Amino acid sequence: MMHFLLLFSRQGKLRLQKWFLPLPERDRKKIVKDMTTMMLARKPRTCNFLHWKDLKIVYKRYASLYFCCALENQDNELLALEILHRYVELLDKYFGNVCELDIIFNFEKAYFILDEFLMGGEIQETSKLSIAKSIEASDMLQETE
Amino acid sequence: MTPSVRLQEMIRVIRSARTQGEERGIIQRECADIRAQFRQGDNGERSHSLAKLLYVHMLGYPAHFGQMECVRLIASPRYSEKRIGYLGAMMLLDEKQDASLLITNSIKNDLSHSSQYVQSLALCTLACMGSAEMCRDLAPEIERLLRASNSYIKKKATLCAVHIIKKVPELAELFTPSARTLLSEKNHGVLHGAVVLITELCKRNPDTLDQFRKAVPELVQIMKGLVTSSYSPEHNVAGISDPFLQVRILRLLRILGHNNDTASDAMNDLLAQVATNTDSSKTAGSAVLYETVLTIMDINSESGLRVLAVNILGRFLLNNDRNIRYISMTSLQKIVQTDHNAVQRHRGTIVDCLKDQDTSVKRRALELSLALVSAVNIRSMMKELLIFLSFCPPELRSQTASGIFNAAERYSPSKRWHIDTILHVLTTAGGDVRDETVPNLIQLITTASELHCYTVHKLYRALVKDIAQSLVQVACWCIGEYGDLLLKGECEEIEPMQVTEDDVLDALETVLQSHMSSPATRGFALTATMKLSTRITDNVDRIRSIVSIYGSCIDLELQQRAVEYNALFKKYDHMRAAVLERMPVMDKNLPGHTNGDTPGEIKEPDTSKPKPVEAGLLSEPASQVCDLLDLLGGTDTPLQPSPAPTSTPTTTSSADLLDLLGGLEPTPVPTVSVYEKNGLSLKIQCDKQTETEVTVSLIASNSTQNDITNFTLQAAVPKSVQLQMKAPSGNVIPAHGLGQVTQTVLLNNPNKASLKMRIRVSYSNQGAMHQDTVLIDSFPSTACQPSISPL
Repeated sequence: MMHFLLLFSRQGKLRLQKWFLPLPERDRKKIVKDMTTMMLARKPRTCNFLHWKDLKIVYKRYASLYFCCALENQDNELLALEILHRYVELLDKYFGNVCELDIIFNFEKAYFILDEFLMGGEIQETSKLSIAKSIEASDMLQETE
Repeated sequence: MTPSVRLQEMIRVIRSARTQGEERGIIQRECADIRAQFRQGDNGERSHSLAKLLYVHMLGYPAHFGQMECVRLIASPRYSEKRIGYLGAMMLLDEKQDASLLITNSIKNDLSHSSQYVQSLALCTLACMGSAEMCRDLAPEIERLLRASNSYIKKKATLCAVHIIKKVPELAELFTPSARTLLSEKNHGVLHGAVVLITELCKRNPDTLDQFRKAVPELVQIMKGLVTSSYSPEHNVAGISDPFLQVRILRLLRILGHNNDTASDAMNDLLAQVATNTDSSKTAGSAVLYETVLTIMDINSESGLRVLAVNILGRFLLNNDRNIRYISMTSLQKIVQTDHNAVQRHRGTIVDCLKDQDTSVKRRALELSLALVSAVNIRSMMKELLIFLSFCPPELRSQTASGIFNAAERYSPSKRWHIDTILHVLTTAGGDVRDETVPNLIQLITTASELHCYTVHKLYRALVKDIAQSLVQVACWCIGEYGDLLLKGECEEIEPMQVTEDDVLDALETVLQSHMSSPATRGFALTATMKLSTRITDNVDRIRSIVSIYGSCIDLELQQRAVEYNALFKKYDHMRAAVLERMPVMDKNLPGHTNGDTPGEIKEPDTSKPKPVEAGLLSEPASQVCDLLDLLGGTDTPLQPSPAPTSTPTTTSSADLLDLLGGLEPTPVPTVSVYEKNGLSLKIQCDKQTETEVTVSLIASNSTQNDITNFTLQAAVPKSVQLQMKAPSGNVIPAHGLGQVTQTVLLNNPNKASLKMRIRVSYSNQGAMHQDTVLIDSFPSTACQPSISPL
């Protein structure tokens, strides 16, 4: 199960945070700070996996955004890379050539898409097409009501 | 109207702020605006305001005043407001807030809403932040949705059920029946959710695990379908059909097949198929292969499959992608103990990874290399490790140094090689070695008496060149001890170098005066100088003057030493030669010998230690033997006295007791088997024997299919004998005779009484506890020792 998923920029500004475990606000802030420092200190062509406390951290940099998630011991790190990539593809499909500004100005949509893809730290739907259809239908519903 | 326009305006304004202070000002104004909006009540603007608040919250500013607004928005009939409301709930509320309980009712209503998108919002929120109470309230609803709804809702309900089980484990039984039926769904999303749910159920309850083992053929079928199916654009990722689902199924199979032969057999073919057919050129394929390898390693797979798995890992090691190399080394680390030979084949590649740029990869390669060192490859491995030590990053130095020392200690082919290696490490990374290296090295040098000349020459040269503290300390000590060999000049194994007494004293004085010497090093140097006074002939006066200078040194230790040495020169000159004689060979304390007391482990031997010797116990009445029984009995079953001759001890039988078994044979120390039952066999071997003391080793081995755990031995002896049990080498005996547990027992028998020992064995095998006792009445003796004279 994924414990959290964070997106932040190269300057360390948080763009999206999804927590799958209940944690007090102070702990969340501390974790975000730790993650940001750790990721930004990594050199360009190093491994995408880290150990932090008892969790495995998987991160990937897409353009100016760092996507970072925390896994438990028995989770598959290579699959986590695929999960991050799938999320980026979903965003890309929705926004059309997504860039950081899209996520900044439409953060609530980024959350809606994430909520169609992951739930409770696990994957909900493995078909890109299916997710795209549900988001479209929800948006339609929002427009009409 | 979407909330985005107003929201985007505000975001733009905030981003245009040039300083932190300006941003704070803008945020404050906006928050005031939002609060006013919330107070106004329903006017269609509420969702915009909440969205703005959520943005502000993400920037790190407090947003708790929005919590009640979330609750209100969730209760609204409009979908747009619900959507933002639920998002706010997930971001601002967690189970610790009181407001979270207020949304339970709304969630309950929304779970039965006519629109599936509203239902999905409710499910998502419950799975994200549902507290235990909320979960208990809503569990029946979720169970209903699991069974009777469309696949869109089913998949969400399944993951919601997983969350519920995590929060309230007792509810697991509620979901077990539906979980089984979900496996027959065709929709991949539902199937994935079902596999996750079953994994969670099996983790919680071993009975459920047994129940779901029957589903293994079905899972194998589904996997086969995925692996052999034709291209499906919906689920395809880089040529692999739905890798997410495949990995999840493999993980479930791992749990189901663990420690179970039937289940493992059922999946052997499938695993072989996946392992050979999956294309690993992209990450998706590698992820599936990785999971397959983990599964093969964890179940009772046949050896051919295991070899295949290790080969896959070996292939991963050669991959260009650093991630894959890292993954493979982590996996190899887990299996290096059990499949040592298979991993050895890839040693070359692993050693190459030591030269990788990435520190994480280097670290893994180092750990794995140290695990792979064996008697066969010690020389080549050590060469590589020493090269690595010269170039490795500083954070890995001390780990490398200790690893090298451990390996050298276990497998060094010759003493000279061992000493050379340690010297090499000290010169390369002297600052990072542990403190006990110095005494260990000194002890090693004293034992290698033939190499004293060689060692001292080498160390002298190193001392002249280098300043690492550990090295200097060892060098000083050796020069002090073996200075005469140094001055002789010739040494077979090293090129001759003429060293005069002045040179040696110069070197030691440099150490004494150098700013970089620690106080301990100075102590070494001073003592060495003093020792040389008996080993050299000409410059004794120079030594006297050096020593007397330090009589007024500020450092207390040095001063004390100097004063005492001065006294040796003046008043006790006749004793000087004797005092400064060569040191005898030091007896190394073997690791693991803790002289009796290991906290927590075997407390029983202490309680069964008989009372100390009472005078006049040479004739043992039969009651003494009964005491023996009491010592161990004490609790439940009274132990039966052992049969026949030993129950009436006579002088003749006591003579037999310590007799040699099978005469004086020049064979190595015999082990006698004293106990064999249920695959566990216990042998006794006499290590040392004197007139009043016997040291024996008890060796236990296991020929069954399963490991024996919690293995403990308790012993009792007659009253006149004192018993001391050393710590055992372990308490797990591997199956198939692959390993042994050894425990040393010291028996002190000052009255030379007839020596008997009753041993109680207790262990667990396949989950069942076993206990047994055995009486040892004849002890084997070492072949070379003379037999004990009869009383």
